[in-house]
Amino acid sequence: MSTPIKPSSTLTLEQKKNITRRNFLSFATLGFGALSGILGWNWVRKQPEVDGTVAPLRSMLETNGFLNETVLYSNAHLAPEYPRSAAAVEPRTNGDVGLDEDIDARDWKLTIVDTKIGKPLELVLADIMALPKTEIVFDFKCVEGWNEIQHWGGVRLSDVFRNYALPTDFRYVGMSTPDKAYYVGLDMASALHPQTLLAFESNGQDISFEQGYPLRLIIPVKYGIKNIKRIGTIILTNERPPDYWAEQGYDYHAGL
Amino acid sequence: MTVWSANESSQASIHFTLSPTQMKQQTKINIVEKHPLAVRWFHWINFPVLLVMIWSGLLIYWANDIYEIKIGSTTLIKFFPKQFYDALNLRARLADGMAYHFTFAWFFAINGLLYVLYLVVSGEWCFIAPDKSSLGEAWKVLLNDLFIKKYTHEKVKFNGAQRIAYTSVIIMGFGSLLTGLAIYKPIQLSWLAYALGGYEIARIEHFCLTLGFCVFFLVHLLQVIRAGWNNFRAMVSGFELEEVADNPPDASEDLTSTVNDTTPIHPTTL
Repeated sequence: MSTPIKPSSTLTLEQKKNITRRNFLSFATLGFGALSGILGWNWVRKQPEVDGTVAPLRSMLETNGFLNETVLYSNAHLAPEYPRSAAAVEPRTNGDVGLDEDIDARDWKLTIVDTKIGKPLELVLADIMALPKTEIVFDFKCVEGWNEIQHWGGVRLSDVFRNYALPTDFRYVGMSTPDKAYYVGLDMASALHPQTLLAFESNGQDISFEQGYPLRLIIPVKYGIKNIKRIGTIILTNERPPDYWAEQGYDYHAGL
Repeated sequence: MTVWSANESSQASIHFTLSPTQMKQQTKINIVEKHPLAVRWFHWINFPVLLVMIWSGLLIYWANDIYEIKIGSTTLIKFFPKQFYDALNLRARLADGMAYHFTFAWFFAINGLLYVLYLVVSGEWCFIAPDKSSLGEAWKVLLNDLFIKKYTHEKVKFNGAQRIAYTSVIIMGFGSLLTGLAIYKPIQLSWLAYALGGYEIARIEHFCLTLGFCVFFLVHLLQVIRAGWNNFRAMVSGFELEEVADNPPDASEDLTSTVNDTTPIHPTTL
């Protein structure tokens, strides 16, 4: 009874067993989790590509686009507008796909195809300019991450629809350059957004060749990649139109 | 001689105690629960997810890498130098970056929101939220960690510096989520972009928060290494081992009085 017990910091057998068991379970779970993470990551990266993006990520982009269209998007949501003095004197250009050929506005025509009727509507620049002019000064946003306040003038695409009694019950609007080198697909709601313009003026002047003379799209609710220059054809369709950048890995929706 | 031993773990633990003088020398080790299972899951899910978010964010940032810290006309830091992009293979992968970023953002947001919800519901938040003394204590901890002035904090789950750091990182997470949403949908969520100072400012904020996460990660890593195995294991297995003096003064009297208590008490005799 009087044997001194030295200061003890040893664990009881029970505690030791307990610690071993819990460590084993926990570290095994962590290891298993890490392994599944790595395997899952490799699996995702090895999946077949859909338009330049591996299938699982492509479906996430589609889901995000769908959620934006159904939950967030409204034609009442407007891009903020600015005074004209805030606009860039020389709007930035980025990309010239579809602008290779020489163009003369006198030869140029806009062809609008209703895929249910099949008989295309052809408009010359004067037809479009005859509609009420709309101007907008807004913050143009490039998918690369830059933005610039720009001043554009033209006619609302929705006014073109109204004036020519074009049907608005198609799901998509496709647009392409006369040489078909550049093309975009838009959901109908965004095409009919009150700030979506067929533009023929920049800072009050005819737009330049680099900016898509004679007529380009200005669609503030989308990234710049959807703002097609030098429109040749507009097609109204229920099948999703091809989209130049969406084929190269980008989100088809590209909405802001 | 009979000793009553009240044990939190409700498991009979047998210790041999003798005279009061000998009792003073004895220590025992307790297994103390530190991080709840849920917190450990949130932590270890968040780590790789945040890593993917930062990596894919860099793939996106590369496409318009305009930020730098300048004094006058001298560039102090350029975000980022050429070698940085080359070393991490970050070039010309904007589409790739966006696809990963807008997929993993869901995991980041959901995991983070569940974590905060858990903190609130479980009451764990009170271990993390800073209190009046946290700032002063954080300063002492900082001086101690920089080997300037020694400071031993009370035996509490998180000291003032930790409380401030862990609360900040939660707020930063919310900040990243909100600034990210403002850049992602600046027209549908134009009120949010406006509230955060506009599209360009929100992009800068998003970038700075990311730098903040990197700083947090580095300091956190250093501190975890410094704190050692016992502390690290707690974030995996949940418990810490704590040496406790097993000799409350007047143990016999105190413990007799707790017999009537509801605490499970296991008598051991020697």
